[in-house]
Amino acid sequence: MTGLGVTALLPLPVLLSLLGAGAALMLSGRPTLQRWVSTSVLAAVVAIAAILLVVVDREGPQVLTLGGWSSTLGISLVADRLAALMLLVSSVVTLAVLVYSIGQGITDDDREAPVSIYHPTFLVLVAGVSNAFLSGDLFNLFVSFEMLLFASYVLLTLGGTTARVRAGTIYVVVNLVSSMLFLISIAAVYSAVGTLNMAQVALRVGEVPDGVSLVLQLLLLVTFSIKAAVFPLSLWLPDSYPTAPAPVTAVFAGLLTKVGVYAILRTQTLIFPDSDLTVLLLVAALLTMVIGALGAIAQSDIKRMLSFTLVSHIGYMIFGIALASTAGLSGAIFYVAHHITIQTALFLVVGLIETRAGSTSLLRLGGLARLSPLIAVLFFIPAMNLAGIPPMSGFLGKTGLLQAGLADGSPLALVLVAAGVVTSLLTLYAVAKTWALAFWRSPEQAHDMTTSMIDPDSGTPAERHGDHVHMGPVTFGPRDLEAARSLRADDDPDRDLHQLLLEDALPRRLPLLMTAPAAALVAVSLALSLVGGPFYAYTDRAAADLADRQPYLSAVLGEDAR
Amino acid sequence: MNVSLVLVATCGVLVGTGVFLMLERSLTRVLVGLVLLSNGVNLGFMVSAGEPGEPPIYGSAPTAAMADPLPQALVLTAIVITLGTTAFLLAMAHRSWQLHGHDEVQDDVEDASIRRLADADETSQGYDLDDRDQHGDHTTTGPEEDRG
Repeated sequence: MTGLGVTALLPLPVLLSLLGAGAALMLSGRPTLQRWVSTSVLAAVVAIAAILLVVVDREGPQVLTLGGWSSTLGISLVADRLAALMLLVSSVVTLAVLVYSIGQGITDDDREAPVSIYHPTFLVLVAGVSNAFLSGDLFNLFVSFEMLLFASYVLLTLGGTTARVRAGTIYVVVNLVSSMLFLISIAAVYSAVGTLNMAQVALRVGEVPDGVSLVLQLLLLVTFSIKAAVFPLSLWLPDSYPTAPAPVTAVFAGLLTKVGVYAILRTQTLIFPDSDLTVLLLVAALLTMVIGALGAIAQSDIKRMLSFTLVSHIGYMIFGIALASTAGLSGAIFYVAHHITIQTALFLVVGLIETRAGSTSLLRLGGLARLSPLIAVLFFIPAMNLAGIPPMSGFLGKTGLLQAGLADGSPLALVLVAAGVVTSLLTLYAVAKTWALAFWRSPEQAHDMTTSMIDPDSGTPAERHGDHVHMGPVTFGPRDLEAARSLRADDDPDRDLHQLLLEDALPRRLPLLMTAPAAALVAVSLALSLVGGPFYAYTDRAAADLADRQPYLSAVLGEDAR
Repeated sequence: MNVSLVLVATCGVLVGTGVFLMLERSLTRVLVGLVLLSNGVNLGFMVSAGEPGEPPIYGSAPTAAMADPLPQALVLTAIVITLGTTAFLLAMAHRSWQLHGHDEVQDDVEDASIRRLADADETSQGYDLDDRDQHGDHTTTGPEEDRG
């Protein structure tokens, strides 16, 4: 390999983001300049990631050993097809989110989100995510996890309001525990095989006793499953994410869990290719899918509903990883890329709803389709994509995974295929309910429904059974009742959309810098469906690399790998 | 590989007490638990890193007699990271104290609302059973009577 060539691009996504973070911190007194710096840094990262993707696809994995140490001693950065794809998708998404948050910052009161801290922190987050995708050894992976987690702690508790400190506490403590677990796993791996370079661990782990390697695998799996929100380690997520500002939630939901999925994918395929834990992974995938989707149905707040669907759809990716066939891995990679895009897009659109209508609660919303057709379209497309309506990318990804499951043919895999179909129907139900309540009924109807929840005898078509209220196809649970009651209370400053419209207390138009990035991400998700064929061909090649292992091992270790 | 039993036992005690403290409600205790836990883990890292030896300075001792320097560098990094986290948690505990007058970890909003409904006696049957276990005062009123 030449001294300076394409490999010189490898550290740039991390380096540029970190330098940009430093520059943005120094420019905190000059917001306009700061915005230009951070936006151009992320635009550059997108360009670099695109170049890397093309080069890696043409020439195989690229490796850079930092400081010229041999790859087994020093830190190596590795970009194979999987890493390059994740890097490109994540940088596109973060760029969109950054532009969106700039748009939101102009309209919102800056007290809640001090922009001077926001930009540097966001860039550190991007650096951490990029480093996680590129890192070739476990300790470097740990450090990049810490980088992105630290940035996420700050972003989640921006402004330090009551709700954010409450949600942040749980998030921080859970992630600290998982970091400690990661450190224990690293210590165990090092003491068992004497190296932390993933390629070398992969070669040596065959020499240790089976029981030991099983323990190592379990430790790493549990660590990454907490970050990826795999059931039952997912319970922290639906409470933590919705309280953050919309762009922060968007980038968390889109990216952070996927970094965990990426780490599972990388370690399971590279280090433990002949896994004994297939059944465990399949059962975890099953429970993640179904329980997440059931949780989503029970929610009356759009953000919480989406957080539950996020957990649910992690199950699809774990399913693909557990199958461990090329088709399964390819489906999982496709699904990760697709899901990052649409989940982020959905959360950005929910931010638009919040800005336009003042709330994300289904009890307060109504008639958004008439109020803002643009939001309606922007919500409808990714929502249907999430549910997997053909011909969108969600359908393509799910079909790939289900086919891989059928090809696998074991009874548990077939159960998962069935669960996958059921989950996607449940998701469809959850988003359709949201759509019907928030977009299709009129604001007056929403107001009447909410108030009639408390007096079921007021002549509206509501039926009350115990603590549930049935209205046509929709059922509201006890939590909704309580929320409805708080809407009625006289001292409550919050009003629903109907009242806000009567008082004319809503902003008339949305800033272009918020709608444009959301629209761009929706367009990207549609483009994924349009180029579904070539894209699937790419993920097939990436999956073949993962299943073969040899391209990665030879790239990192040179001739020693044979 | 021979391992010092004292170190392993210390590591176990630190991790055990750390986990115990992290199960507390007060954020300050969680923080102390975190510090103990991370020290235990770091010690475990040192134990698992191999036998002690001469300082790994080039030329000062035969290579075979040197200790492995890499784990020490890794633990150093981990210590720095823990320091940062401790500072952040401390700031959060302080903020929580500013906002609420205490630093206790708050309930999930969903949990909290379910509990409030339970107190108001508007519960589903399933939840009432759980609630009855915690508070003796609900034992006399059955869910059927409430619904009336």
